[in-house]
Amino acid sequence: MISSHPSQDPRTTGSNMLVRERGDGSPVAFSAVQKFFGTKQVLRDFEMQIEPGEFVSLLGPSGCGKTTALRVLAGLEEPSSGFVSIGGVEVTGVPTNRRDLGMVFQAYSLFPHLDSLHNVMFGLQMRKVSKRQATDRAREALDLVGLSETADRYPAQLSGGQQQRVALARALVTQPKVLLLDEPLSALDAKVRVQLREEIRRLQLRLGITTIFVTHDQEEALAVSDRVAVMAGGRIEQIGTPEDLYTRPSSSTVAAFVGLSSVLPAQILDDRADVLGFSLPVLGRAANGPARVRVRPENIRLVAEGGVPAVVETSVYLGALRRTRVRTAEGLRLSVQHRADERLDYGDPVRFAIDPVAVSVEPVAGTPEPR
Amino acid sequence: MRRASALAPRGFLSWAVVLVIGAVFAVPIIAMIEFTLRDPAGGHSLVHWGALFNPANTAEFGQIWIGVGNSAQLALVTVAIVLVLLAPTMVLVHLRFPRLRRVLEFLCLLPISIPAIVLVVGFAPIYLVIGRAIGTGIWPLGFAYGITVLPYAYRAIQANLGGIEARVLAEAARSLGASSRQILTRVLLPNLRQGLLSASLISLAVVLGEYTIASLLNRQNLQTALVVVNKQDPYLSIILTLLTLLFGFLLLALIDGVSGGRRSRRTKGRS
Repeated sequence: MISSHPSQDPRTTGSNMLVRERGDGSPVAFSAVQKFFGTKQVLRDFEMQIEPGEFVSLLGPSGCGKTTALRVLAGLEEPSSGFVSIGGVEVTGVPTNRRDLGMVFQAYSLFPHLDSLHNVMFGLQMRKVSKRQATDRAREALDLVGLSETADRYPAQLSGGQQQRVALARALVTQPKVLLLDEPLSALDAKVRVQLREEIRRLQLRLGITTIFVTHDQEEALAVSDRVAVMAGGRIEQIGTPEDLYTRPSSSTVAAFVGLSSVLPAQILDDRADVLGFSLPVLGRAANGPARVRVRPENIRLVAEGGVPAVVETSVYLGALRRTRVRTAEGLRLSVQHRADERLDYGDPVRFAIDPVAVSVEPVAGTPEPR
Repeated sequence: MRRASALAPRGFLSWAVVLVIGAVFAVPIIAMIEFTLRDPAGGHSLVHWGALFNPANTAEFGQIWIGVGNSAQLALVTVAIVLVLLAPTMVLVHLRFPRLRRVLEFLCLLPISIPAIVLVVGFAPIYLVIGRAIGTGIWPLGFAYGITVLPYAYRAIQANLGGIEARVLAEAARSLGASSRQILTRVLLPNLRQGLLSASLISLAVVLGEYTIASLLNRQNLQTALVVVNKQDPYLSIILTLLTLLFGFLLLALIDGVSGGRRSRRTKGRS
């Protein structure tokens, strides 16, 4: 039986041809890109600059335009206006096959009539690389993803994880300027997803290739990226490091999409929020008056005395920690993160306190705009 | 809701269904074989089958060979239409114009709902013009046959096309540097081989069995030749019909063998 996990670690020495010939990556830029499908606008003034060798994720819900942005860069969709450049050269209008890209798709995209080795050789053959050299490079690429033993297997004989690994090797073997990953992990089971995403990141760092990764899984994006662009409604809401997005979301949309948070009523006064009697700093500026704030579960803790009384509704064991949903006497619901050995059951009375960590603020209807 | 397998007949009933359906196909064939084995002197013998090798029947075979030759030409033209016109059009519609898929399907399936006699009424004036323009040779009839095989060829190719994620494969190949021609020849056609082979063989079988259009447009093919021979020697006509049927069965077995062989080769050892 073929395991869905690599049977051996990918080669880690610098003797691999692809590692030895690593480049510094190419910069990528989107400038005022708009994209319409009929009357529906999918990308709105999409702007993004990616540094050479950077790993950037496009994160957002379905329909936010992240895959369209990737396809515009790949040349699989033409922008309605604006332009994209790779390596400082505008490529708008250049056919996909001349953009020097590597791409891994969400659906399994290996050619069914070719075995793994010939799938990986395909891009080299298109570039007229000699058969011998193409074979050597393809074997090196398969070795790099830990699948050298599957060279003679057809896609139907490989597990989903193995197929995506071969697809990754196929995308990398031509040493493209940019690697595009269009939700390549979404069809895989949870354990393989985590393994493969770490492997992708490790390879990306070793090869120094500029990479754009489309995903709707925020954990995945935060785990592997140098920067994450959170998209909504066809434009970037915020782009920054995973830490920036998590701790300093620029909008309620970003705060809601990245990480878990409880939405609580608050009174804003001089850039501090009074939440259930706790005074919390706010992120950015907020107008005085009633508002809603988002509090992360790790910033709410259970206390033995004082705090706010509540009762447990659900408590979920997550291995290293436990996440418990509690309800106050006023009917407010909050998520609290605490130690896994603090076992709680439905209906247990608890008390909680909120740490003075900056919170993002959402105005409620009728509240004036922030100063 | 009960599953389909739960609704399937079991035991004696399933065997009875197989026997009845088998009899529907087998009885006429057995009757034809029995007919060819009847000895004019009484009893059964291979005397009529021996006539196949009798030099005295050369004139009758001449008709047949002309019919076979004409049908072969027609088959070539028809298969070429399927491979050169229909298949690329289907691929193009599938990849670039998916909204036209329904229209193409409707057009391709339309001939199956129109009786051959009605088609001929439409073809007759067209072939009058074709005859004046390029002569009354047999091969232009292949255009008409190209239309009659559309429903079968379309289904065979579409079943294959729908099962291979053609769009993703094409985009993957393009991202790896393949041109449109390379995508078609090196990625899509190899993966459509089974559908194209099925479409070609089914088209061949339809062309070899076609009588109405050729007869009404005054062209000679295998089936019209068999009718002529039937008037002279019904035994020989039935023997040749049986051989044609056998050829058809072998074609179907070949389709099944090729598709089964490829399936097992690619999935063997799958975890």
